Amino acid sequence: MITIETIGQVAEHYDIAVVGAGPAGLAAASRAAELGLSVLLADENPAPGGQIYRAITTTPVTKRAVLGEDYWKGGALVDRLRPTNAAYAPGCTVWSVAPDEAGGFELGLSLGGQARLIAAGQVILATGAQERPFPIPGWTLPGVMTAGAAQIALKASGLVPSGRTVIAGCGPLLYLLAGQLAAAGANIVAVLDTTPRRNWLAAIAAFPGFLRSPYLAKGLKLMAAARGRLPFKTGVTALAAGGSDKLTGVTVTRGGASETIPCDALLLHQGVIPGINLANAAGCAQHFDTVQHCWTPTVDDWFASSIPGIAIAGDGAGIGGAESAALRGEIAALDAARRLGRLSEAERNEKAAPTQAELARSLRGRRFLDLLYRPAPQFLAPPADETIVCRCEEVTAGQIRDTARRLGVTGPNQMKAFLRCGMGPCQGRLCGPTVVELIAQERGVSAEETGYYRLRPPVKPVTLAELAALPPTDAAIKAVVR
Amino acid sequence: MFRLMHEAKPAEALGFTFDGRALTARAGDTVAAALLANGIQACRQTPVSGADRGPYCMMGVCFECLVVIDGVGNRQGCLVPLREGMRIETQAGRRHPDGG
Repeated sequence: MITIETIGQVAEHYDIAVVGAGPAGLAAASRAAELGLSVLLADENPAPGGQIYRAITTTPVTKRAVLGEDYWKGGALVDRLRPTNAAYAPGCTVWSVAPDEAGGFELGLSLGGQARLIAAGQVILATGAQERPFPIPGWTLPGVMTAGAAQIALKASGLVPSGRTVIAGCGPLLYLLAGQLAAAGANIVAVLDTTPRRNWLAAIAAFPGFLRSPYLAKGLKLMAAARGRLPFKTGVTALAAGGSDKLTGVTVTRGGASETIPCDALLLHQGVIPGINLANAAGCAQHFDTVQHCWTPTVDDWFASSIPGIAIAGDGAGIGGAESAALRGEIAALDAARRLGRLSEAERNEKAAPTQAELARSLRGRRFLDLLYRPAPQFLAPPADETIVCRCEEVTAGQIRDTARRLGVTGPNQMKAFLRCGMGPCQGRLCGPTVVELIAQERGVSAEETGYYRLRPPVKPVTLAELAALPPTDAAIKAVVR
Repeated sequence: MFRLMHEAKPAEALGFTFDGRALTARAGDTVAAALLANGIQACRQTPVSGADRGPYCMMGVCFECLVVIDGVGNRQGCLVPLREGMRIETQAGRRHPDGG
């Protein structure tokens, strides 16, 4: 592993560029490098591991039990990359992926305030997941964060919330985080579970699969540990964060009655969804996954997207968890090697077979979790008109509903033109799913029919100075010289 | 709002300023984590209403932790490692034509 510190150290061309150094990206880069291919692994974060294994090589947490044994497994993924010749670029943002004239791809990179355009024969996007937006009144107040944010602060910096802490929402991470923060000494005054009781009816059909799942024992242990020790409140149907310029409490509704719990930190979680911005901007086809209830890039069995030469591995192509992400990265790398002519189809198939079998095992029981922890409709499309949906441009649910109704807006791109939702720096990452949900609900059509934002590069802000300093190509000069 | 957990690995202390105030945080922290560790919850005001915002996702997705670092605006505090002597400032709403 060659660690790249400045943009000048990045080569002009790589056989494979991998975007994201979480489990999928680390496994893909390792596998590709082991096959003798030249690999660039570019990652925005200062250290490898992605979010699930965040700061695995640098964490200040010394008590292993605080983060749990699953976390420490991430070290092996980094150890595997170390002896290879892969170039690893931390703190490096990939803001564009586009086809080049040579039949490969041109990637726009930014590192240390300088941009570069480089070429890669094959691209593997391993951009992972993000938390599903959880729009409730007051969720923009300082003091309200995602559960994942608190977990990152713990893993990367050894920080725990210092005041009265409330964790609210739905999904396995809720229990995991509650347990981790409690073990790290946080004062958790309530865990508010929004899992709809009727989800059990839908999920029960998938229960036999879950019985053979690697999640089962782990999940039961997590839940029992968290529930036994922490003040759980289930059947939560509404939440509102209160405070004028910062959070002072959360109002919770259960069984028709409301109470306000004073708190200093509110950590929200409503499951995770694929981070699709780079794939979408590159033009990869996507569809609405009705079980996981999110937009997902469309991939085949080898995790190839609709654009030949771009594969999407890991949770960025559908939520499967850390273990499956690494396996999917591995399989995507084998197929990329086949496309580059390094492996024959037969060799690829033979090498992939054991990993594919392991992948099938690792995904057992996932459907049960997806159905059980599907968010309640009121947390996908906020009923209170004053709830901010687009945090960047401060567009409310009421404005979006009203505009959809009165102007007959049929999709999020039109809505963007009218209200600016999705136009801020986050580029729809925190409002896209909610805007789609609200329009779909207002028009009585599906999310699939409503569509999603058409995103464009750069997918992350890059300064004009960086762009202006890029060396001009002949084509660019010809385009302006008459 | 956040404090260092007990039994955390020791780390070098780095000095930096936030809106002119001299503060310290641990080497290895990102700018956003350094602010949280110092009890700073709000690090920007929105360009639309001027409302206070603070770090929300800590993973580069939400852009709520935007700050001015050494004179450069719109930096994602959660992605920038803290360095000794960094001058960090609140990103105050929208830019005005007079440069304010």
